[in-house]
Amino acid sequence: MSHAATTVPGHDQSHPELGFIRRYVFSLDHKVIGIQYIVTGLLMALVGAALATLIRLQLGWPERTWPLLAQLLPKGYAGGVMAPEFYLAVVTMHGTIMVFFFMSYVLVSGFGNYLVPLQVGARDMAFPLANMLSFWIGALSALLMIASFFVEGGAAAAGWTAYPPLSAVATAVPGSGMGQTIWLLSMAFFIASFTLSGLNIVATVFSVRAPGMSMWRMPLTVWSYFIASILGLLAFPALTAAAVMLLFDRHAGTSFFLPAGLVVGGRHLTNSGGSPLLWQHLFWFLGHPEVYVLILPALGIACDIIPAFTRKPIFGYRLSVWCLVAVGALSMVVWGHHMFVSGMSPFTGEYFSIATMTITLPMTVFGVNMLASLRGGAIRMGVPMMFSCAVLALFGSGGLGGLYLGNATADMQLTDTYFVVGHFHMMIGGVTLMATFGGLHYWFPKMFGRMMNETIGKAHFWLTFTPFFIIFFMQHFLGIQGAPRRYYAFTAYDFLRETRIQNLVVSSCAMVLIASQSLFVVNFVWSLFRGAPAADNPWEATTLEWTTSSPPPHDNFGQAELTVHRWPYEYGVESGDRDFADQRVPPGRVPVTA
Amino acid sequence: MMPVARPAAWDGGVCPFAAGWQRVLMWWFIVGDGLLFGAFLAAYGYARLIATTWPDSSVVFSLPYLAAMTLVLNTSSAMMASGVAAARRGAWPTARRWLLATTLGGVLFLGMQADEWRHAIAAGARLSGNPWGDASFGAYFFLITGFHGTHVLLGVLILTIATARVATRRATPLGIELVGLYWHFVELVWVFIFTLFYLL
Amino acid sequence: MSTQTSVFHSSTVALLFAGLGLGGAWYGASIVMPSLASRHGAGIDSMLSYLLVTTGILFVAGYCALAWFIWTGARRRRIDQRLTRRRTEWLVSGALGLAVGLIAEGGVLAIGMPVWSEYFDATPPADAVTVEITAQQFLWNVRYPGADGQFGRNSAAAMDDVSNPLGLDRADPAGRDDVVTQNVMAVPLGRAVRLRLRSKDVIHSFFLPNFRVKQDIVPGMTPEVVFFPTREGSFEIACSELCGLAHYRMRGFFDVLSPAAFDRWLAEQATPTAGGPR
Repeated sequence: MSHAATTVPGHDQSHPELGFIRRYVFSLDHKVIGIQYIVTGLLMALVGAALATLIRLQLGWPERTWPLLAQLLPKGYAGGVMAPEFYLAVVTMHGTIMVFFFMSYVLVSGFGNYLVPLQVGARDMAFPLANMLSFWIGALSALLMIASFFVEGGAAAAGWTAYPPLSAVATAVPGSGMGQTIWLLSMAFFIASFTLSGLNIVATVFSVRAPGMSMWRMPLTVWSYFIASILGLLAFPALTAAAVMLLFDRHAGTSFFLPAGLVVGGRHLTNSGGSPLLWQHLFWFLGHPEVYVLILPALGIACDIIPAFTRKPIFGYRLSVWCLVAVGALSMVVWGHHMFVSGMSPFTGEYFSIATMTITLPMTVFGVNMLASLRGGAIRMGVPMMFSCAVLALFGSGGLGGLYLGNATADMQLTDTYFVVGHFHMMIGGVTLMATFGGLHYWFPKMFGRMMNETIGKAHFWLTFTPFFIIFFMQHFLGIQGAPRRYYAFTAYDFLRETRIQNLVVSSCAMVLIASQSLFVVNFVWSLFRGAPAADNPWEATTLEWTTSSPPPHDNFGQAELTVHRWPYEYGVESGDRDFADQRVPPGRVPVTA
Repeated sequence: MMPVARPAAWDGGVCPFAAGWQRVLMWWFIVGDGLLFGAFLAAYGYARLIATTWPDSSVVFSLPYLAAMTLVLNTSSAMMASGVAAARRGAWPTARRWLLATTLGGVLFLGMQADEWRHAIAAGARLSGNPWGDASFGAYFFLITGFHGTHVLLGVLILTIATARVATRRATPLGIELVGLYWHFVELVWVFIFTLFYLL
Repeated sequence: MSTQTSVFHSSTVALLFAGLGLGGAWYGASIVMPSLASRHGAGIDSMLSYLLVTTGILFVAGYCALAWFIWTGARRRRIDQRLTRRRTEWLVSGALGLAVGLIAEGGVLAIGMPVWSEYFDATPPADAVTVEITAQQFLWNVRYPGADGQFGRNSAAAMDDVSNPLGLDRADPAGRDDVVTQNVMAVPLGRAVRLRLRSKDVIHSFFLPNFRVKQDIVPGMTPEVVFFPTREGSFEIACSELCGLAHYRMRGFFDVLSPAAFDRWLAEQATPTAGGPR
């Protein structure tokens, strides 16, 4: 092991004669693990979408009864009417599943595992065994989370932010019984899984890049995963600590988050000395960087798709990298903007407000770079490109919404309203969702050796992006009208009477959005078996994964020596009958421009 | 877009700082684990700031005893460094002796920690409250020292395995070095806990 | 492979973005906030108006630029220009980033901060009406100090949901004239309102949409808000932090009355027959 610095991981594991179990179930291959993560995440997304359906049915048609749902879910829909406690459990689990088990799995762990080694020219992740463990711990955590629906009292119902005392006192809300405990345990497993995966990505980028793959030759996708993984490693410990402490409060009699003198439902509690605000600080110290953990890879993916479809190098590559670094750093010091009206000192509030607004600078620069990459290009509007434009559009409108919420004065009226719901669905909901669809269409041929169907893909885009935009754009304005979030119905208030029509429109669009995902499922499954066979480089792209076969062999690049000669955006050059040079084309054949 | 001059270490093909992915992984693990302790300590600091009756640790606990605990762990950590150096030289029998001594240091520390808990519990300290003041004091004491103790316990297990592997000639210098990194980290965290929880 | 796409198809995508940008702005312009009824609320509304105008312009401009680049790009066979000089890249993106950053930061510093400090730094005038609100699942306990201006002692230990929800100490003379109601409160026009907020169980948030007042009530803390109603009327109190099953109907009433009507109302509440939930 004295030559550890130069060993290439995965190189010694290329045994083609592995059995089915070792190859597809307990696989050490980063590509298989990546696909396992993606499939798990997509299945969880279906659960999350089903929960969203229940939410929107309730909010769109609050007076109706649902006999069919009463038969399917007798506990949640006694008499055909959704029970408020079931509604809260559904809202909580929708948020938790979508943020942690869909977006994190598909986008970060899934695409991250699949793409990072391929794009840096490694034979596998740095530590394949930890990678496999990461997936199976993650699968366990997802199962545990689903299982919490079936325990006494139902799933956790204190919101995905799990603010104590609601989440700490078992009698405060039905879901704070066993459901909340399982929620916390599942999160602990999730963090363990995510940490293993993140450690691997960081170590892979750091230490096993191919010869010639300098930092300034890494695609923006790799950069975004590198920074997102570091952010995750730095931020998640705060949630781990908070989760451990909350478990102690719930089961061991401590009072970390519980002050003296609580009287819950007529029962006097004996706790003393804690502070519910402490949980909020710890939670958001994770929570804010976590949204960047999700959104940076989405932006990175879009930045790699766009040049392949404009046939032009990305605009401002290095500037974009610096923006990612700056945003990552800033995201660690702005968590308090989630707590402007929490009772935190107003001076602290102003600090967080000013700090948050500085994020506008790097994020705008990044967005302008993406937009300028389209300018003057010869655009081919393939399905991945359509979704990448949607990433850019949602990133723009969601980012502008951030100016309201990061501004303490405006946030006083808007916090905890549907403005927040609309904002984060555009950002960590929409930017990531569109990047997921774009990325799946783009890398599907590499993963499975077959193309996805373009016509269904285009129909799916129209029926996904349009309703998505309408739903969450309108929700911003529901918030401006004052509609608070996590309401079971808007019928109890006079000032919310006028939101009736908007909620109806939002719910109708949501039904279209959710129903149209069947197009994607059909396309995915059909293309898996019947799609047109894919060439090695169907999009005429430049990064390393397109220089190997589709799908790549176990050791990614075969026995051939792998040397990187140029940056990843060598489009628009003269190279025989091609207008691009992939990263392995030596400088003798096509001049290196970066 | 000409690349600027930079050290060849970052050009790919080799690991920067000639570290190898194992060390990189270990460093980042330590950063993350350190931040976990950081979060617990920050929470403790927050609780202490809002508390009105925070007890004086030097009255509750015996500082000479704690100094002895610190010394034991420091010594153990120093012996680990000698063990790593011996393994790097290939002096395996020496390495084995140092590792054994390191392990014993860890066990001794755990014993002293357990004794301190026994004293505290006998004096009436519980997770839900304590005789000296703010209820959080006892809770954070058990939480933080317990979490650190778990790390020491884990370290002792790893050290035992490493010693056995040295004895059966299956260990590598790198492996021993990684164990050493972890053990030094556990010792370093204790210094922070000692300073922030017991001394301040 | 399938990398060539029709100009028509690309153009429809361009039109989609342009349409969403313009349609979104049109829709947004038609939305009105709950009618304003407080003095500091005017500042918050001007903060929001500033943001709606600036971000509205940026939003429409961004979506139209996106649509324009797609529209023209779809008609182009060869790219215009391959690489931009790095200095140009930094200048263009940097200038735009700086401009948007200044819009954002300038809003906070020039408009937001004065409003924020006026709201939080306000020392309550001597004649302010002090009201204590104690939130619990799922109602608002309201207490006025009565003629002596002193709240009587109370304690968590004495709280009982049926007979004594606020845990009042009946022996304390300062508490004899305290006026207690549930979910209904009134204030006189022309005087500042000073609310002392407490919670018995979980986190609630006291939200008066028309007054632009929203304050989380974290148990264990006693935040205060001071504001100045500007017109008479009957308004609603909502809870805006998830507090449990009936969070969505934890409704209260906040009436701004003429001084004479307020005195009459308070006297009515003080008689044992009146009061209680409305």
